[in-house]
Amino acid sequence: MIRVGIDVGGTNTDAVVMRGREVLYGLKTATTADVMSGVVKALRDVIAGADVAKTSIGAVMIGTTHFTNALVERRRLATVGIIRLGLPATRGLPPSSDWPEDMIAAVKLQWRLAQGGYEYDGRNLGQMNPEEIRGYAREFAEAGLRDIAISCVFSNLNDEQEVAAAALVREVIPDARITLSSQIGRLGLLERENAAILNACLGPLGLEVIDAFRQALADSGIAAPFYLTQNDGTLMAAEQAARFPILTVASGPTNSMRGAAFLSGLKDAIVIDIGGTTTDVGVLQAGFPRQAGVAVEVGGVRTNFRMPDVHSMGLGGGSRVSMDMKLLGPQSVGYAIHTEALVFGGKTVTATDIAVAVGAATLGDPRKVAHLNADGVRHCYERLEKMVYGAVERMRTSADVLPVIVVGGGSILLRDRLNDMPITIPPHFGCANAVGAAMAQVSGEVDRVVRLDDTPRDEAIAQARAAAEQKAVEAGAKADTLTVIDIEDVPLAYISGNATRIRVRVVGDLDESGFAE
Amino acid sequence: MTTTLIDVKDLDAIAIGAAIYGTGGGGDPHIGKLLAQRSIRQHGPTRLITLDELDDDDLVISVAMIGAPAVMLERLAETSPLIAALRTLEAKLGRKAAALFSAEVGGLNSVIPFSVATELGLPLVDADTMGRAFPQLDMTLCTLQGISAMPLSMADEKGNTLLLNTVDNVHTERFARSITMDMGGAAYSALYSMTVAQAKRCLVLGSITMTRRVGQALLDARTRHLDPVAELVRATSGFCLFKGKVTDLQRKIDGRWSKGMASIGGLDEFEGQSAELLYQNEFLMARTADRVLCTTPDLIATVDMETGEPITAEQVRYGLRVAVLGLPCVPEWRTATAIGLVGPHCFGYEVDYKPVEQLALDR
Repeated sequence: MIRVGIDVGGTNTDAVVMRGREVLYGLKTATTADVMSGVVKALRDVIAGADVAKTSIGAVMIGTTHFTNALVERRRLATVGIIRLGLPATRGLPPSSDWPEDMIAAVKLQWRLAQGGYEYDGRNLGQMNPEEIRGYAREFAEAGLRDIAISCVFSNLNDEQEVAAAALVREVIPDARITLSSQIGRLGLLERENAAILNACLGPLGLEVIDAFRQALADSGIAAPFYLTQNDGTLMAAEQAARFPILTVASGPTNSMRGAAFLSGLKDAIVIDIGGTTTDVGVLQAGFPRQAGVAVEVGGVRTNFRMPDVHSMGLGGGSRVSMDMKLLGPQSVGYAIHTEALVFGGKTVTATDIAVAVGAATLGDPRKVAHLNADGVRHCYERLEKMVYGAVERMRTSADVLPVIVVGGGSILLRDRLNDMPITIPPHFGCANAVGAAMAQVSGEVDRVVRLDDTPRDEAIAQARAAAEQKAVEAGAKADTLTVIDIEDVPLAYISGNATRIRVRVVGDLDESGFAE
Repeated sequence: MTTTLIDVKDLDAIAIGAAIYGTGGGGDPHIGKLLAQRSIRQHGPTRLITLDELDDDDLVISVAMIGAPAVMLERLAETSPLIAALRTLEAKLGRKAAALFSAEVGGLNSVIPFSVATELGLPLVDADTMGRAFPQLDMTLCTLQGISAMPLSMADEKGNTLLLNTVDNVHTERFARSITMDMGGAAYSALYSMTVAQAKRCLVLGSITMTRRVGQALLDARTRHLDPVAELVRATSGFCLFKGKVTDLQRKIDGRWSKGMASIGGLDEFEGQSAELLYQNEFLMARTADRVLCTTPDLIATVDMETGEPITAEQVRYGLRVAVLGLPCVPEWRTATAIGLVGPHCFGYEVDYKPVEQLALDR
């Protein structure tokens, strides 16, 4: 099958065309202010460059920053109605209690607290009252709200009340776009609820972006289905992505890491992705990015849905170097590197110029950096290496020397060793992120609390695994390719009955039956 | 005589300091901080006072949460059941509290009383019962002075209230824990009622201000790009016991205890060495292969090497780069009786207590 992978970054939009596991063609274009026109151009050019028939394309995978940008810039966010099932508890901290003020201003939130929720052991906390939910839904309808979030105490253990409440809301608002907190987040009501609200406020934009992609593909003569990549390195079908735009946040670093794994053939490694302005360092475990263990802020709001554990720093090919060559970054000439850097005939000393001057990189015109002070250049390059090495050290998990893969346009900055660590720069390193998007798989995850006094540990894990596999197949995975990539069981302190939190994640290949070739 | 007004921003510093003094346990102060900040926004700053602002026969009471931090992440926290617990206890005693105080200065309970004090217009005493966090109701300096947690009231969000009159601490602990489970794994409580004269004898004075100062030192270190670990050591008058990367982790649940051990491979000046960190809800002992570095009741705080962010025992994971800090406990914990209540033997560790500064000299 021929796949097209596109990944939108802050500076560049990258695209590749792949046949099976072979990269046919890859390219980079500048990310445009509206994102979409850059994607359309990349799509058109990469298909032309690969010289494949449009009818042979089986699927298009897109990693986009549309939704992250909207949240960070507080733009185009819908007014959301949220119902929290948790009374008689949770009154002290209603929804949005921990939001920054500019986010509260940007997302006009209407919240209602309703009777409901569960205890840790599955008993009802409050009794859900259908008439109460309908009443709140009518108030939302009168206010003209369509983007609705529903949260519920311990809905990560049992989503029944959230599902029932959604059905009641839909009776009143038939065209409501409803996000359940249990569909996105994990243990931790405020953070899970925040993730649900953020997703809901992206509702109209989600539909619009998906429609625009669909239109762009149709205009380009491509009839293949398309997918958006999620931040765990797996895929969502277009319709699913329109409903869960929040899951695309931070998919860029994930795509780079997945691409690095694919291109190098390594499954356990440290990945350094050097771009024009920033460097991201992450860790591959069994071929997938290691996930952050703690709450992660999105647009200043604490959430707890899965996110890659990435260390970012302001160092890239376009990083500015100070006059005395003692400072490097975080300011960058960004996409203007091809006109601004000395080696390209520009006037700004950049990290790329230093790498050329020291002999680590060969590009542009090396004569244009020959005048730079040799000691200054050497020290500056040592500083660059030290920054990268420090970031790698930070992410290493043990004394074992993990292989290091370097990808991204800025890879040219590095030599083939970084102190004691040999470095792998795979082929097509410049568009590893687009390759990661193209080769993304499909996943399913379950996160629940089990009392091991009632259910033996092995049985509890087996049940969680079966539920995760079911979710993966529903999301489009081929059942016989599923593998477990993550099992975690953490006993919960202070609770008797041996309560343990079990998390299982499985992935499989996209079920390609019925796709074009 | 001092009254300090505690505002929304001060709570950010106090919560960080509370996480340090939580020594890996005590629950994440985050939820309590949000609750306090919400109350302060509505009712104005909390009045933090020294005990000499009160008369010796005035009554002071602590309000606290009991139960599982993981449950509180879902059920959150609120003020009204704390007030209900307080009123229940006041009714039993036949008099009202002139001020409230924090049961422990480490973890969630350091910040829990702020919202109640603010909403009721009561002052909060700058003090707590232990100068850190401990897992049992009776592991306090009050116990050493013969002042009991009893009578103890409990409440939940549903409106249930209970009053415990027990014959001893063993029963208090047992009943309070099982009622907490029936209340859903987290409960609200009022306890340790005493006169100001008694409080002067048995509370750790100034401990809230101490957490605020330590939290602020960390925040300042970040804005001024100073080494956060060094700043924390300075602000706490503590010791940097070890720096390194978590290389192994063993965990189990034993009853309601989260027990475990983290192994740490040394970095920087500790390169080539290794250390172990033992915990039961809180970090209780740090040791290398041949030496004990610090034990309870001295405090062991684990923070991120780069950011100084406190790390709880439950958050410890492979690969984290941590600095292990040892902080001297208050001197009252160092008597033979006190060591008999909270020393290493009480948690099943077969070592004798030695003050952390003594152990540092021995190295």
